[in-house]
Amino acid sequence: MIETDQNVLATQHEYIVFCVDNDEYCIDIRAVREIRRWTHATRLPRTPNYVKGVVNLRGAVLPVIDFACRLGLGETQPTPRHSTIIVEAHNQLLGLLVDTVSDILTATNEHMQPTPAIAADQVHEIVSGLIIVEGRMLRIVNVGNISPHIEVEAA
Amino acid sequence: MMDANDELRETFFQECDDLLETLESGLLQLQAGDGDRETVNAVFRAVHSIKGGAGAFALDALVKFAHKFETSLDRVRDGVLEPTPDILAVFLRASDILSDLVNTVRDGSEPNEAISADVLAELSKLVESSSDAVDATPDDFAPLTIALDLDLGDTEPGTGALPEATSVATSYTIRFKPHTGLYVRGNEPLLILRALAEFGDCEVECHILGERDFEQLEPEDALLSWDVTLMTSGAPEDLRDAFDFVVDDCDLEISPTIGADDTKSEDSDMFDAPVPVDMDSVPAEPLDAATPTTVDVADAEPGKKNIPETERPSEPALDARDKASQMRAPEAPKQTIRVDLDRIERLINLVGELVITQAMLTQRVHEVDMPQHASISEGLDDFKMLTRDIQESVMAIRAQPVKPLFQRMTRIVRESALSTGKAVRLVAEGEATEVDKTIVERLADPLTHMIRNAVDHGLETPEARLASGKPREGVVRLIAAHRSGRIVIEVADDGAGINRERVRNIAIEKELIAPDAQLSDSEIDNLLFMPGFSTAKEVSNLSGRGVGMDVVKRAIQSLGGRTLISSEPGKGTSFSISLPLTLAVLDGIVVTVADQTIVVPLTNIVETFRPNSDEIKRLGAGTSVVLVRGEPLPIIDVGHELGFRPPVELTDACVFIVTETHDGAQNALVVDSIIDQRQVVIKGLEANYGEVPGVAAATILGDGRIALILDVDVIVRGASTIPTTNSPSIALTG
Repeated sequence: MIETDQNVLATQHEYIVFCVDNDEYCIDIRAVREIRRWTHATRLPRTPNYVKGVVNLRGAVLPVIDFACRLGLGETQPTPRHSTIIVEAHNQLLGLLVDTVSDILTATNEHMQPTPAIAADQVHEIVSGLIIVEGRMLRIVNVGNISPHIEVEAA
Repeated sequence: MMDANDELRETFFQECDDLLETLESGLLQLQAGDGDRETVNAVFRAVHSIKGGAGAFALDALVKFAHKFETSLDRVRDGVLEPTPDILAVFLRASDILSDLVNTVRDGSEPNEAISADVLAELSKLVESSSDAVDATPDDFAPLTIALDLDLGDTEPGTGALPEATSVATSYTIRFKPHTGLYVRGNEPLLILRALAEFGDCEVECHILGERDFEQLEPEDALLSWDVTLMTSGAPEDLRDAFDFVVDDCDLEISPTIGADDTKSEDSDMFDAPVPVDMDSVPAEPLDAATPTTVDVADAEPGKKNIPETERPSEPALDARDKASQMRAPEAPKQTIRVDLDRIERLINLVGELVITQAMLTQRVHEVDMPQHASISEGLDDFKMLTRDIQESVMAIRAQPVKPLFQRMTRIVRESALSTGKAVRLVAEGEATEVDKTIVERLADPLTHMIRNAVDHGLETPEARLASGKPREGVVRLIAAHRSGRIVIEVADDGAGINRERVRNIAIEKELIAPDAQLSDSEIDNLLFMPGFSTAKEVSNLSGRGVGMDVVKRAIQSLGGRTLISSEPGKGTSFSISLPLTLAVLDGIVVTVADQTIVVPLTNIVETFRPNSDEIKRLGAGTSVVLVRGEPLPIIDVGHELGFRPPVELTDACVFIVTETHDGAQNALVVDSIIDQRQVVIKGLEANYGEVPGVAAATILGDGRIALILDVDVIVRGASTIPTTNSPSIALTG
């Protein structure tokens, strides 16, 4: 589903842009299934604190990840104004709790930069690159690395 | 048609399953003594159809065995062979082997001929002995053959009774004149002629019947007939078999060719008359008496019986019998279709959504203040009823009777009885009880184990039984029934009952219990379910392969069921399992814990109560017990175990749920309140997340929110000892 980085870089691509803690991030639009407003999530016991819980998406039970918390930026107190981006990674559906979804952006590879080496590991894992366009810096999110269970699933 | 593609092949094997089932149930019915002629016919037809299908797919091993089986069954069908218990036992074993053969062939592996050899030999013996009977009987067919002689002239009255087969090549003349019906039923004479050609050298002559103008020709009329001259060493009935499916729709005459007499003279004497080949398997008694179920048809054409057979060579009574075989099991008029299981699963899931959406809608409408009896409320009520109906109907699609499962058990009993040298009879009750397909499938192993256990450990040896004044034959009862929304399956034997003294000693020996432990009878009985327990003095090859009843218990528990045991010395032991009707829904109690809604499966729950505060006793730091009728039960704080909150203060405001896990341990779970008891649709967490310790699954409540279903076993073992879910994984490329 998600093509290799080389492919992404080689061609023009569309990204969904969202904000977390006043920073801008983006996700390859091909990984995004839908965007919903925040609804109550049922807590799962003994999960990492960035797993907000599970929600019901038309009968499917899927986990919601607090994106800010996943990056180590502190837990979000969600309100109905928050959004959930439903993404698909490794054939699993996953909700990302974010502050707002702002934009759809088309970028070519000349806008893209690798993530600088100074970033913390936690960020490196999730931010696979940067898009610098008109003075904005968008962090490209690697959705495949968000869920804590992916290692198990892929093994 | 000969181009067997996989789909057809698969259909054939599916049909085989049904046919094998018919076969076995028919044989069992005969064994029980309540079979009639139609039962014999059904059994015969089943084997015959398997043979036919196997032939089409060139499954020679299957054809070979089925043919032998069929031949011997034919003897029974014709009344030559009396279906005595001994003979039926051979047949039952043959049906086991046929079923094995079907399975091996289906798997694509080479059937092991050695296994079938014994039974094949026994079947052959049956056929031979009955052939003798035919040969030995006085000749009642003489008039028939004489009558036939008239037509062809130069033959002498024969002895009527034909030998079973000739090994020397004989020349046969076959007259085959299809009726229109043959084509209507989709048969193809060419294929039959080809089949004949496989028997030996074959000359075919085709005749056009009647002279007609082309304009008057009816395209659907049968205007062709064939004369076949065939040199073969095959038995005449084999030739006739080629016409098995069309025998009612054609005029057929198979006779040794006149003048082509190169066989021994006594043989040729017998073959001289153009006697219908089937005669050799026809009993010596008057025909209509031998085939009572077909009397009507036979009587309808009384003249035919003694009339020269040139027009309709097959005898009417036989005709009718074959007709029955063509119409295929007239006693099963129900129409069925085969549906891909995935489609049903999808439907069930969708209906689950429908139920949830309906509940949600109802809740929303009630939230808006509506005048009573508003038309929308009525509409909603109808909607609700419809939804329930749809849900029940859809669940019913997956429901299957336990009969095939029980039939498999009869085989287990037979095999166990054989290898232990015990005389056992299986009595099955409630075979029509319907359960979810998955449950039926997953019950096979535990049930097999329970049955083996009953024969192996439950029943005494015949000598011991006689000594204690019981009938020699032990009885194992297998009972299925619906009881209050669940299915109960019971395996009961009339053996010696559980030797509690011995069970206790073994448990002590294996250090499962303390030597001075005070155990009630039922507690001792339940020791059987403990892992590592096996009472067999020596490991027999049946049960006791290092796995015990604990495996059974766990298997049943994984299906949401419970296992109960009761035993009376000298009277026998009974294991009963109670199961949900389906795996898609679960009965549970909805509770709240730390503001979370949680479902506790009803299978785990023994009782719920509010304790008096003086019944709660502390037992060291952070652990407490509650006294329930004098029994101290460990208290488990669900909210704390799930990590939702620090331990609560135990007061009489808490609600306690007494649960039982699969090892029989009881605990008291603390929850904040009980909301209600209901059936919930099970939603796995694995699809989009993964396993969560302490959570069995999730469900969706009426308001669209998700509630977790508690995994009581894990919680009780101490969810806190389970490490917190793994840290974020290392990057995956790709």
